[in-house]
Amino acid sequence: MTSTLVFLLGLTVIFILLVGFGIFWAIKNGQFEDMEGPAQRILMDEDDPMLPSNQLSDKTK
Amino acid sequence: MASSESCYHCGQVVPDGIELRVNIAQQSRTMCCRGCQAVAQAIVDNGLGEYYSNRTALPGQGHEVFPDELKKLALYDHPDIQRSFVIDSGEDQREAVLILEGITCAACVWLNERHLKQLPGIRTVQVNYANHRARVAWNSNEISLSRILQEIQLLGYNAHPYSALQADSLRQKKRKKDLQRLAIAGIGSAQAMMLSVGLYAGKWDGIDPSTVLLLRWFGLLLTLPVVTFSAMPFYRAAWSGLKSGHLNMDVPVALALITAFIGSVWVTVFGGTHVYYDSIGMFVLFLLGTRLLEAGARGKSVEAAENLLKLQPTMAVRLRAGQQEYVPVLDLLSGDSILSKPGESVAADGIVVEGVSTVDEALLTGEPRPVVKQPGDSVIAGSINLESPLTLTVTGVGENTVLAGIVRMVDKAQSEKPRIATLADRAASWFTIALLIFTAVVGVVWLYIDRSQVLDIVLAVLVVTCPCALSLAVPAALAAAGSHLIKRGILVTRGHALETLARVSHVVFDKTGTLTQGKPVIVDVIALSDLPVMQCDVLAASLEQASEHPLALAFKGRVSATDLQTVQNARNHPGQGVSGEVNGQTYYLGNQNFSPASRTMAEEHALSHPSATLVWLCDAKRALAVFVLEDPLREDAVQAMVRLKARGIEISILSGDNETTVRHVGKALGVDNLHWQQKPQDKLAALQALQRDGAVVAMVGDGINDAPVLAGAQVSFAMAAGTDVANQSSDIVLLSNRLDDVSQALETGRDTLAVMRQNLFWAVAYNVIALPFAALGYVSPWLAALGMSISSMVVVLNALRLK
Repeated sequence: MTSTLVFLLGLTVIFILLVGFGIFWAIKNGQFEDMEGPAQRILMDEDDPMLPSNQLSDKTK
Repeated sequence: MASSESCYHCGQVVPDGIELRVNIAQQSRTMCCRGCQAVAQAIVDNGLGEYYSNRTALPGQGHEVFPDELKKLALYDHPDIQRSFVIDSGEDQREAVLILEGITCAACVWLNERHLKQLPGIRTVQVNYANHRARVAWNSNEISLSRILQEIQLLGYNAHPYSALQADSLRQKKRKKDLQRLAIAGIGSAQAMMLSVGLYAGKWDGIDPSTVLLLRWFGLLLTLPVVTFSAMPFYRAAWSGLKSGHLNMDVPVALALITAFIGSVWVTVFGGTHVYYDSIGMFVLFLLGTRLLEAGARGKSVEAAENLLKLQPTMAVRLRAGQQEYVPVLDLLSGDSILSKPGESVAADGIVVEGVSTVDEALLTGEPRPVVKQPGDSVIAGSINLESPLTLTVTGVGENTVLAGIVRMVDKAQSEKPRIATLADRAASWFTIALLIFTAVVGVVWLYIDRSQVLDIVLAVLVVTCPCALSLAVPAALAAAGSHLIKRGILVTRGHALETLARVSHVVFDKTGTLTQGKPVIVDVIALSDLPVMQCDVLAASLEQASEHPLALAFKGRVSATDLQTVQNARNHPGQGVSGEVNGQTYYLGNQNFSPASRTMAEEHALSHPSATLVWLCDAKRALAVFVLEDPLREDAVQAMVRLKARGIEISILSGDNETTVRHVGKALGVDNLHWQQKPQDKLAALQALQRDGAVVAMVGDGINDAPVLAGAQVSFAMAAGTDVANQSSDIVLLSNRLDDVSQALETGRDTLAVMRQNLFWAVAYNVIALPFAALGYVSPWLAALGMSISSMVVVLNALRLK
């Protein structure tokens, strides 16, 4: 019983560290600076084939 | 063509007789003006037509790019000017932050990013939708900054370089730190709560003592970073409060945290009945969360204000030994000669030595009416030279300018403002003292009754009375109300404003730019000869083509650019008007005294339009027409006045304008309490007189001249379209520029105060009822912790009702 608990708690420590590092990385990277833009950006089609004179678009793809 | 058609680009009605079209996605679309046509064509030509299918809001009003503006943009390529805002990141690699004006929806972000990325030499572009700023990196060998700015203008937006001030990077750093603290508190408290579920269940069901010990030690491990790293701001605030000699709300918070933690560690090490790791985590998480929301709202307002501050090139043209040279404004000295070019703002206070021109001193007087300047007249820094070059002798730079003096006046008025916040803090400090004394007394009494129970009971008392609910009562309501208001475009920049709003009895409005739109339009044209009105329009607009005068815009908007006729011998007569030859005939456009023909005209027109500016169009012999220009009221002005009056609020108007105009506006709005020809200090005095009579005054304004009054009023609103100084000295910024929002804000203020009162009542009632039970030992610490959590929950949920 206790040994299972110790194992699970150990697992928790690993997960907490992972989550902690993940969040710190995200904060440092400025992921929380623009909370509205990315949600809207996903709706714009970047690779619309109808764009005629978009010469550089192939490079950015 | 039907006249009700609207422009496909900007949505405005297409004027009669305008036939401009652009092919967008295989369909021909109508455009209202050349500006829109150029922008739409640029968008389509660059393969960005998808913008139109994705946008969710129409763009801001487009404006045509004048060659003068392009010249000004070229200034940004000057290395001396670039030094202040361009980051040099290696060989020819440059980086800068630009403020984008005119971003209305996500499609605008997409449009700007896509368009700039297509340009050769651009390395990265990132537009932040939240604060309307773009970070651009480019190669200075392949593209110049002015070209980038020009390309953005081509799309119908306006970009200004933003010098990343130190304050801004500090704010960024602090926000990141706050987020980290919140994240740690969130992870720690969630896990600690999970463990405590096990402990509570164990108490009920029976649990192995060694398991209890394991769970407690693990809880200690989880709470350690929360209580040290996350809770640091509370200790700091408490310590600085103690050092300055008064107990603030943070003192009991810090004390409860430390006691609960030390008590829990004691129980973990030496054994006992209960640990409080879950309560500690939740407490810290709640408090940090509300504070972050508050700081976020404040930061957003500061950013908005900074975006409004359009960065002018801080360069001046100095004349030395007949040579012109560009120097930074800071290098100017009193006695230097500088050249002020038309269309640019004046760099320093000075006296005119050569040239005659008109300048726009709206920043000082609030009135966009130009003032004539001749040799010997003084000119203030920041006013805009409208017509012709002026040579000035500098009399004041930087801190010594009139403008800097007004800013100082704002600071002074702000510091004299009655502070309700300090009152609440003082009450909290008494509460804290009483609480600490009471806890000590209970502890000592129990020492005599039952030594073994002392720690449990002292902890129960501290936790039960822990001012969690009490300290959340006000900030939770403020945060909820603030976020509700910001969705309506009302930005609360100072926390106390909402409390004060509920007590407002008197609203004072500025006139120009606040009640009115601040831009004169032609309301009437009276033909005085057989020449039809249409013809007069064309003549007037043609004559005004070359003019930078603010009134000129009103004329230019009335006819399409294709109809304009060529003007020969065009001349500006500063302070009077313009003249020129069209088809061999000389025409004059200006005030009544400008041309001989209108001088003899009767005063009857002036009488029938008391508040208007009259502009006369004459040829050599007779007056052809008179144009009536008026600064129109904002569309919702009347409705806003009606609503405010319905709430029983008194209204006054303070204006720098003349008596007739102010009376006219007052009559249109049904306001009797009028003050005219008010300088900034007069406005402040009038406001203080009202306050002496016991009125709680809300001031609504927009100009620099309003700034001292805005700072002096108990609560103040600024129009977002106004000047940045006004925005910074006000408590609430109306981002929507709707006057009606004033009464909306007053209403929310009342609701907020009601919720705050309920919250405070609940928090105090809970404490008063729970305290005796805890002191008598009827409340076990775990029950106390539960009670505390539920009471704070009630407070937060009640605050959320504000939506």
